[in-house]
Amino acid sequence: MAMAPPRKGENYELRQQLNSEYRDKRADAIKRVIANHTIGKDCSGLFPDVVKNMQTDDLEQKKLVYLYLMNYAKTQPELVILAVNTFVKDTADPNPLVRALAIRTMSILRAEKILDYLASPLSRCLKDENPYVRKTAALCVAKVFDLKPELCVEYGFVETLRDLIGDGNPMVVANAVAALADIYEASQNLPPTPPGSPGRSTSPPPSSKPNSELFIIDPPTLTKLLVALNECSEWGRIAILNTLSRYKAVDEKESEHICERVMPQFQHVNAAVVLGAVKVIMIHVKGVTREDLVKSLTRKMAPPLVTLISSPPEVQWVALRNINLLLQKRPDILANEMRVFFCKYNDPPYVKVEKLDIMVRLASEKNVDTLLGELKEYASEVDVEFVRKAVRAVGQVAIKIDEAAERCVSVLMELIETRVSYVVQEAVIVIKDIFRKYPHSYEGIIPVLCSNLEELDEPEAKASLIWIIGEYAEKIENADELLGTFLETFREESYPVQLQTLTAIVKLFLKKPDESQAIVQRVLQAATKDCDSADVRDRAYIYWRLLSSDPAAAKSVVLAIRPPISLPQTTVPPATLEELLSEVSSLASVYHKPAATFIGKGRLGAEEMQRRAMEPEEDNAREKALQTVVAGQQAENLLDFDSDDIEPTSANSTQNQSLSMFGNSSSNTGISSTTISNVAKSNNPLDELMDLFSTASMTTPQNAPQPIAPQSAFSGIQGLENSTSSSSATNNNNASYDAFAGLSGLSSPPPTIGNGSGSTSPNPPQQQQKPLQQTGGAQDDLLGLF
Amino acid sequence: MASLVAILDVKGKSLIQRSYRDDVPPSYIERFLPLVLDMEEENIQVTPCFSDEGINYMHIRHNNLYLIALSKRNSNAAEIIFFLHRLCSVLTEYFKELEEESIRDNFVIIYELLDEMMDFGFPQTTESKILQEYITQESHKLEVQVRPPMAVTNAVSWRSEGIRYRKNEVFLDVVESVNLLVNASGNVIRSEILGAVKMKCYLSGMPELRLGLNDKVMFESTGRAARGKSIEMEDVKFHQCVRLSRFENDRTISFIPPDGEFELMSYRLSQSVKPLVFVEASVESHRGSRVEYMVKVRGQFKRRSTANNVEIYVPVPDDADSPKFRASVGSVVYAPEKSAFVWKIKQLGGGRDYMMRAHFGLPSVRNEDLDKRAPISVKFEIPYFTVSGIQVRYLKIVEKSGYQALPWVRYITQNGDDYVLRTITDAKSSSIIAPL
Repeated sequence: MAMAPPRKGENYELRQQLNSEYRDKRADAIKRVIANHTIGKDCSGLFPDVVKNMQTDDLEQKKLVYLYLMNYAKTQPELVILAVNTFVKDTADPNPLVRALAIRTMSILRAEKILDYLASPLSRCLKDENPYVRKTAALCVAKVFDLKPELCVEYGFVETLRDLIGDGNPMVVANAVAALADIYEASQNLPPTPPGSPGRSTSPPPSSKPNSELFIIDPPTLTKLLVALNECSEWGRIAILNTLSRYKAVDEKESEHICERVMPQFQHVNAAVVLGAVKVIMIHVKGVTREDLVKSLTRKMAPPLVTLISSPPEVQWVALRNINLLLQKRPDILANEMRVFFCKYNDPPYVKVEKLDIMVRLASEKNVDTLLGELKEYASEVDVEFVRKAVRAVGQVAIKIDEAAERCVSVLMELIETRVSYVVQEAVIVIKDIFRKYPHSYEGIIPVLCSNLEELDEPEAKASLIWIIGEYAEKIENADELLGTFLETFREESYPVQLQTLTAIVKLFLKKPDESQAIVQRVLQAATKDCDSADVRDRAYIYWRLLSSDPAAAKSVVLAIRPPISLPQTTVPPATLEELLSEVSSLASVYHKPAATFIGKGRLGAEEMQRRAMEPEEDNAREKALQTVVAGQQAENLLDFDSDDIEPTSANSTQNQSLSMFGNSSSNTGISSTTISNVAKSNNPLDELMDLFSTASMTTPQNAPQPIAPQSAFSGIQGLENSTSSSSATNNNNASYDAFAGLSGLSSPPPTIGNGSGSTSPNPPQQQQKPLQQTGGAQDDLLGLF
Repeated sequence: MASLVAILDVKGKSLIQRSYRDDVPPSYIERFLPLVLDMEEENIQVTPCFSDEGINYMHIRHNNLYLIALSKRNSNAAEIIFFLHRLCSVLTEYFKELEEESIRDNFVIIYELLDEMMDFGFPQTTESKILQEYITQESHKLEVQVRPPMAVTNAVSWRSEGIRYRKNEVFLDVVESVNLLVNASGNVIRSEILGAVKMKCYLSGMPELRLGLNDKVMFESTGRAARGKSIEMEDVKFHQCVRLSRFENDRTISFIPPDGEFELMSYRLSQSVKPLVFVEASVESHRGSRVEYMVKVRGQFKRRSTANNVEIYVPVPDDADSPKFRASVGSVVYAPEKSAFVWKIKQLGGGRDYMMRAHFGLPSVRNEDLDKRAPISVKFEIPYFTVSGIQVRYLKIVEKSGYQALPWVRYITQNGDDYVLRTITDAKSSSIIAPL
C-alpha cells in the first residue's frame, strides 16, 4: 500500500500549483519541476500532475512536459498510458512543429505500452506533407528499431525509410540515410535469423531482423545520394558521405564519378565534412587507375588538410590524428607542408605532441635543417614532457635520415651542454638508439656522455649509458671504473639498470678479460645473491654458466652483431591501417585502434571473435588476412635479421622470410606451411599473428633440441623486441636491446609469447584457447609491438 | 553520433544535460572529471577524446566549462567535436556569454535548443539565425503559434523567405590575418595568410549573388589575360550557401546569402610574407636584482599605409616587479597576469621605427624555474591594404523584383593568432643598454 504523499515540502507545494486553476501558475510550476530535475532532484513523484498539463496551446510548456516525460517515463511505466491520447492527438496537430515534437518524443519513451500506439501515427508522419515532420519521423524509425525491432519489421518501416531516400527534400534524404545506417549497425548485433526465413518483412515474427537487402545501396540510390549531397545541410552531408563510404563501386568509371562528385566537399567549412570527403575518396580512389585523376585527387587533398590545422584545438587534434594515419598510407600528400605543423607557443600539449610526430614523419633531407632548428627551440621550453618528446624527435630524425645523423648528433650534444637534467637524460637515451643504428660512427662523443654520469638519475637514462659503456668497453679506458660505480649501488638500482650493469660488465670481461676478472665475479655474485628480481638472477646464472663452461660460445652469444634498427613507417599493421583509413574521422581513426578494441567492454570478447569468424564476411576478408601476415612480416624488416645465427637462406620471397623466422628452414617447412594454411583458414588478422607466435614457440624445441636452437627460435622474438624499442625508441624494455639474443627472449618476453616458449611440452588445446581469450590483450601488445 | 550531451562546470558537475539514447546512463557524466584528473596525475596526456570501460568521452573546453558528449559506439569524432563547438557558438549567440550563470538562467531554452539541434544523437540544425526564428526567449502567446521555418528543411536552409529592406545594401569586408614565426636571427621560418570575406547583407527577397575575385586559377581556366595582379588561393572554404560544385567547375562563387552578418568564405595562402611589423628586443638580465629591455619596432610596409592600434607583448619573468618604462612613442603598461609588458602605439607609419626601454626589479631570491622562453607577439591593423593583393572585381546582385543594390567593399590586414617573433636576444655587453 503506497504511502500518502506528505502534506508539506516542495513537492507538495508544486503539486498544488500544477493543479492550480490559473494557467500562469501551472506554467511556472512546470518550469520549477524541470529546474529541480536539472539540478538532479528526483521529480518522479509528480508524474500524474505534470502529465495533466500536457494538453496546452503553449508550445514552450508542451516542450517542457515532453521533456519531463522523456526523463521519467521509465520510472512510471504504468502511468505513461495517461499521455498516449494527447500524444496521438498531437501527431495530427495542424502545426508541423507540434506533430514533429510529438512523434519525436513519443518514439523515445522507454515504455512498451506506448509503442503499441505508435505504429499508426509514425506511418502517417513518415508520409507527412511537411518535410520537417518527415525528417523527424525518419529518425524515429531508428529509435523504434532500437526499442522493438519486430515492430519496424512488422509495419515495414525500414522499407518506408528506404523509399525516403528518393524524397525530394535533401534533409529528409540525409536523415533517412542516417537512420538506415543506424539500424544496419544495430541489426548486426541482433541474434541471427534462423536459416530458412531470411528476415523478410512479410514473414511473421519472431523475425526481427530486417531484410539485409534493404541496406544495399544500388546505383540508382547512389545517384540520388550524390544529388542530395550538394544540397543538404552540413550534418546531412556527413551522413551521406558516411553511406557513400560503404558503397561498393561496380566499375572504375563509377569510382571516378564518386570521387569527382565528392571532391568539391573539400571546400566545406565543416571539418567533419572535409574529413568525411577524405574518407570517401581514400576508399574509392582504390578503384581508380587513371593516373592523372589519382594525382589531382591527392594534390587537392593537401590544402584542406592544412587548413584544418587552423581550427579550434580539439578539432585540430582530431584532424592531426587522422593526418597521421593518412601519412602512413600516402607519405607524399603533405611532403612540402612540414612548416604548417610547427608548434605554436600556446598550442595545448596534446596538439603539440601530435604535431611533433607528424613533423618527424614529414622530415626529409630537404627540410631537416629547419626541422632541427625548430626542435632545438622546443627543447628549451618549459613543459618537461614536450621537451623530452622534442629531444626524442631529434633522435628519430637521426635514425630516419642517414645523411642528417651527424647534424642530429651535434644538436644533441648542444642540448647536453645545457646541463638541464631531463634534457641530458633524454638525450642519452636517444643517443643509445643512434648508436644502435650507426654502430661505431660517433664514438667521439662517448667521453662527453660519460662525464655526465652523475647527472643521470632516471633508470632508463642510466641503463642507456651503461649499455653504451658496455658496447664500447674496449674503447673506454676507465670502463671498469665507470661500471664499478654502478656496481657499488647495485642493490638500490632498478631492475633494468641492474640488467644492463650485469650485461655490460660481462661484455667488458669478454672484451678485456685480464683486467676485469674481479669485477665480473662481483657482479655475478651480487646478481645471483642479492637481487630479488627473477629476471636479473636468471640472466646472471646463464651468463655464469656460459662463461664457466664455454667462453667462446659466450662471446658469440653476448657479443653477437645486432640488426640495425629503423624507424617504422607505420605505427599500425597494414591491414589495421586499411581498416582505419576506411573509417577516417571516426573514433577508431582518432585512437588508431580498430573499433572492436574499444567498444563493448573495451576488449574484444571471445564471443565477439567467434561471431566475427562465423559472419559471412566480405569476400576479400581471407585475402586481407593473408595480406596482414605477409605485410606484417615485410613491414617488420627486423625479422629478417641477417645470417648471423641462422644458416644462410635465400630469404627473398616472403614465404622464405616466414620460414627463416622459425630458425632452421629445412626442418621446419612443414610447420610454416601449416601456419600458412592456418592463416588462410582464419578470418581475423589477429588470429594468424597469434597462431604464428604460438606455432613458432611450440614447435621449435621439438625439432631442434640442440642447446643452440633456442637462440635461433627466439631470435624472432628478439627481433620483435628490438623493433619495440626502436619503433617507440624509448621502450622501457631495456633488456630487449641486449646482445644476448636468445636468452633475453627468455628473460623478459611479452606475456603471451613467454607462455608458449616456457612450456616444454605444450598442450595444443590450451594454446588454442589462449589467443582467443586474450585476443584483446594480445592485440594491444601487438599494436604496441608494431 | 552521441548518446548524451552535457555541459559541466569546472568541478565536473553537470549544469545541464540531455540524453539522446539509452545506451549510456547519465551517471557516466560524473565519471568524466575524475578520469581527467586521474590521467593528469598519472602524467597521461588528456586528449579531447578518450575511452574508458567502453564509453567514449568527447569533450571541448570553453572558458570554465566542459562540453562533453558520450557514446558507446565508434562515433564520428570529427562530427561530434565540431558539433560541440557549434553548440558553443549557438549558445553564445543566444546569451552573449556562455558561462555557468547564463546556463542556469536559461535552462528552459537550452533544453529546447538541445532538442532541436540534435535528434537521436545526430546533429540536425546548428544555424543560429534560423533557430532564433522559432526558438525565442519570449514564451509564445497562444494565438500565434510558431511553425518551423521553411528554411529548416529547405534546400536553402539558411535564409527565410519574405525578407524586406527599404534600402538594399551589401557590405563586404576582406580581412587578411597574417600568421608568422620569426626565429632568433630575424628570419621568417613560417608564414601564412588567412583571409576571410565577411559580409553584411541587407537585401530583400531571395537574391542571387555572384562574387568575382582576381583569382588566378579562374583567369587561367577562362583563358583571360589577367589585368593587374591575380592571386592563387591555396585552400578556399565557403559558407554552406555557396554552390560548391559550381566553384569546382568554373570557379564561380555564386550563392543566395543568409540575412545579416556572416562569413562568406575563407582562404589560405602560404606565400612568404615579410613581417609587416618587425620587433626585436634585447634583454640584459642581472639575476637577483634587475632586468632591462630595449625594444625596437619597425613598420615594414609602404609609407602611405599606417598600422593602427599596434600592441607589442614582450614577455618578462613571472616575478618581475617595479616596472619603469620610457618610450619614444605610445604608452607602455605592465601586464603581470600575462607575464609581459605591452607597448601600445596608436599609429605606426610605414617605414618608421621607434624604440622603448623597460626596467624591472627581480626578487633577490632566485627563481629555480627555468625562464619561460615565450616569444614576442604583436597585434596590429592596417586598413585599405591586403598583403596578398586580393581584390573584389565585382559583386553582382540579381533578384526577381529587379531592385538595385549597392555593394561596399573594405580591405584590412591584421595580425593572426600566431604572429610571433623569437627575436629576444641577450645583450652580452652591458654597453648596449644605457642605464635608465
